[in-house]
Amino acid sequence: MTKDITLTIDGKEVSVPAGTLIPDAAKKIGIDIPVFCYHPKMEPVGMCRQCLVEIGRPAFDRTTGEAVLEEDGSPKINWGWKLETSCTNPVSEGMVVNTKSEKAVKGQNEMLEFQLLSHPLDCPVCDKGGECLLQDLTLAHGGTESRFNFDEKRHAEKKVALSDLIWLDRERCIQCGRCVRFQSEIVGEAVLGFEARGSHTQIMTTSEPGFDSAFSGNTTDICPVGALTTAQFRFGARPWEMEATASVCTECPVGCNTVLNTRRDVKTGGKVVVKRVMPRQNESVNETWICDKGRFTDFSADSRLTAPSIGWTDAIASAAQNLSAADEPIFVVDGSLPNEDLFNIKSLADEVGAKAYCYSEVGGGELTTKSGTYGKSGAGDAILVIGSDLYVDAPIFWLRAKQAVDRGATLIVATEEETRLDNFASTVVRDFAQGLEAAKEAFSKAENTVILYKGDDALAQSCADLNPTSLVGVWNDANTQGAWEMGYEAISDLDVLKGKTVYVAGKSALVASALEVAKFVVAQTAEDVQIAVSITEASGSKCVTLPSRNISESLGTFTSAERRVQLFHPAVPAEGDTLPGFVITAQVAEKMGVTLDIEAEDIFANFFDLSYADLSKTNPEEKLLIGGNCYENTQGVGVQL
Amino acid sequence: MLVELLRGLKTTFKMMLDKPVTIQYPEQKREVRPRYRGKHELKRYDNGLEKCIGCALCAAACPADAIFVEAGENTDEVRFSPGDRYASTYEINLLRCIYCGYCEDACPTGAIELEHEYDINFSSRLDAIADKDKMLVSLANDLSTPQETKPGTFTRSIPDMENPADY
Ligand code: SF4
Ligand code: SF4
Ligand code: SF4
Ligand code: SF4
Ligand code: FES
Repeated sequence: MTKDITLTIDGKEVSVPAGTLIPDAAKKIGIDIPVFCYHPKMEPVGMCRQCLVEIGRPAFDRTTGEAVLEEDGSPKINWGWKLETSCTNPVSEGMVVNTKSEKAVKGQNEMLEFQLLSHPLDCPVCDKGGECLLQDLTLAHGGTESRFNFDEKRHAEKKVALSDLIWLDRERCIQCGRCVRFQSEIVGEAVLGFEARGSHTQIMTTSEPGFDSAFSGNTTDICPVGALTTAQFRFGARPWEMEATASVCTECPVGCNTVLNTRRDVKTGGKVVVKRVMPRQNESVNETWICDKGRFTDFSADSRLTAPSIGWTDAIASAAQNLSAADEPIFVVDGSLPNEDLFNIKSLADEVGAKAYCYSEVGGGELTTKSGTYGKSGAGDAILVIGSDLYVDAPIFWLRAKQAVDRGATLIVATEEETRLDNFASTVVRDFAQGLEAAKEAFSKAENTVILYKGDDALAQSCADLNPTSLVGVWNDANTQGAWEMGYEAISDLDVLKGKTVYVAGKSALVASALEVAKFVVAQTAEDVQIAVSITEASGSKCVTLPSRNISESLGTFTSAERRVQLFHPAVPAEGDTLPGFVITAQVAEKMGVTLDIEAEDIFANFFDLSYADLSKTNPEEKLLIGGNCYENTQGVGVQL
Repeated sequence: MLVELLRGLKTTFKMMLDKPVTIQYPEQKREVRPRYRGKHELKRYDNGLEKCIGCALCAAACPADAIFVEAGENTDEVRFSPGDRYASTYEINLLRCIYCGYCEDACPTGAIELEHEYDINFSSRLDAIADKDKMLVSLANDLSTPQETKPGTFTRSIPDMENPADY
């Protein structure tokens, strides 16, 4: 731990670790220095000059090295005669910074006038309008008039497709380079760059296909203007019109914290719909990023069943009757269900003495329930990625592996195909046995050891035999880990369901496969069940469907692959007459003579030694690391089991 | 006594001969002042394009939360307004509106104006919702939207000239 450095900013003293840059030190005591190009998670470049301040440094006698004192005994301060960019200056002992002196403010205001020189002032039609840093700083530092000639504004292309997902407006770009640096520094995929010079400088993509990165959406959050926007949200709504609800990404087992922005929408018949998914800060999981898979999750399910075809009363009765009549009913779930649903189904199965399975193609569930967290690995740590292309399966895990390498961790990649992680690995093998061998070697020298695997039970077992600090399964679903924690047995093929009466809960694909083999299926799903229904119709009545609510409509928790339990909240009104999954199970159970809880929070407390309040705790200091439109985490960072 | 009675009726007789201040509404209608704020109109440029660009700043300014705007994207084949963005839905709930005119002030293109129509009545709540059909003005030259336009002609949402043609 290095010694803290004390400096004075606007007359206030602050102590920060050595190496901290002035804007961050200032933020710590509530002083906002205007910045455009600086981002707390990236190296400073001093490109925009917006952060000008006056900096004074204590004077030292050249011969003695002693501090020079004023007559009154205070240290003599040498002031530079020019303003300096605060973002490129690390703090030093005794430094004095004026961010609001007349000279500094004049510099900042004039820099802003330059930014606006060629800015199109598109605010009314710009998707960033309302949450734009340039707007905010113009309000704080802009004049009411420009001294420059409006007719001579630079005109450039206004709608350039960098990829299918991202639009670029070259007129709005202020050349801060945040997007370029995000891709090269943080992601390590330098697919954006600048071309031309002077006022013709413009952003372009260097990859084919354009902007080829799974993290491209993040650049739209950190772009301080509306130069980069997403195609999905184009003209979707004004930011101030939307509600923001804390949620958790459902697309993979990383469990990134998100915010669902919702608004009433005429195009979907006046319903309140999810307009966009935004990252919510959680430094232990996704920092301030999310991947494109998560950001562009499609929440519309048009052909979803919104009530049982025979009505709720009859459907519940039929489900209960069929399950009671069967001599060996079976319960099958998948990892798309929240913990609350999983718990009620498991409880019912236990009460009636039935088997409860979780369907997963990835094995080794019971081995992962003991491990710790993947965490923030760095120097001295070793990571083995085996059997999984993290870039596709769990993109933020990929990013964390890449960043661990940046911090000095050893990375071993063992996959059958080439992956994008290969470039960052110290050892790459195309064979699992060799991978395990290499890991054994590396682990013997490492402090913390992490294995991220995707494969069958045997692979999981050989990984566990290496005794890593953390064994993390890269599951196909968001809450598969939750099912293992709850004691579900794993199955990877559904033959055991042959000729049985089955309670199936989860994705429609699982329902469909169960329908093919089982005698009678009680199907609880929040997805489009068209396939399921059409199969039922073809095979005569052997199914009762219980439509449940999806994640955007319900309150519940997920357990991520690294065993972090996180809470999500209902963002949109439930569709039709759907019910929460755990209520459906409780109602079926009641008809079978079993009483289960029907409040999410009570159910949660039945299994975990925790309450929703525990999951809702936050780390307010973390917000200093946000630079861009990522939401501050005010609804809870979850709990690591 | 008669004198008192006549004295009392003097005012009555005088008023009978005066010009009445009331008018026979609705047969007769009174001219309003130029700055009177009546029912809203959505304006067009002379070339028929809608001035409204669907920015929803009027909705943001509205103290009564009476306006709902949803935006769509123009193409040169199907163009409603200059630039990329237009209002695919524009509704004002006239029962909520307090005719303050803030929407007019907020509009960057002068698309919405409170005009002189004060004869505002409805037979149902749904009727009280004025949509684009009810508010968009018709031009004498009959030019309307959507239009097919020459590519590259209307690239800017907020033209700095009255009738954009050469942008
Ligand atoms: S596109 Fe945005 S983030 Fe990239 S350089 Fe331009 S203003 Fe900066
Ligand atoms: S990494 Fe996984 S959890 Fe995170 S946003 Fe992407 S799909 Fe969602
Ligand atoms: S006149 Fe006032 S109350 Fe009526 S719609 Fe406009 S802003 Fe809203
Ligand atoms: S009327 Fe004016 S302020 Fe309202 S959406 Fe249209 S352009 Fe924007
Ligand atoms: S923020 Fe310091 S130069 Fe851009």
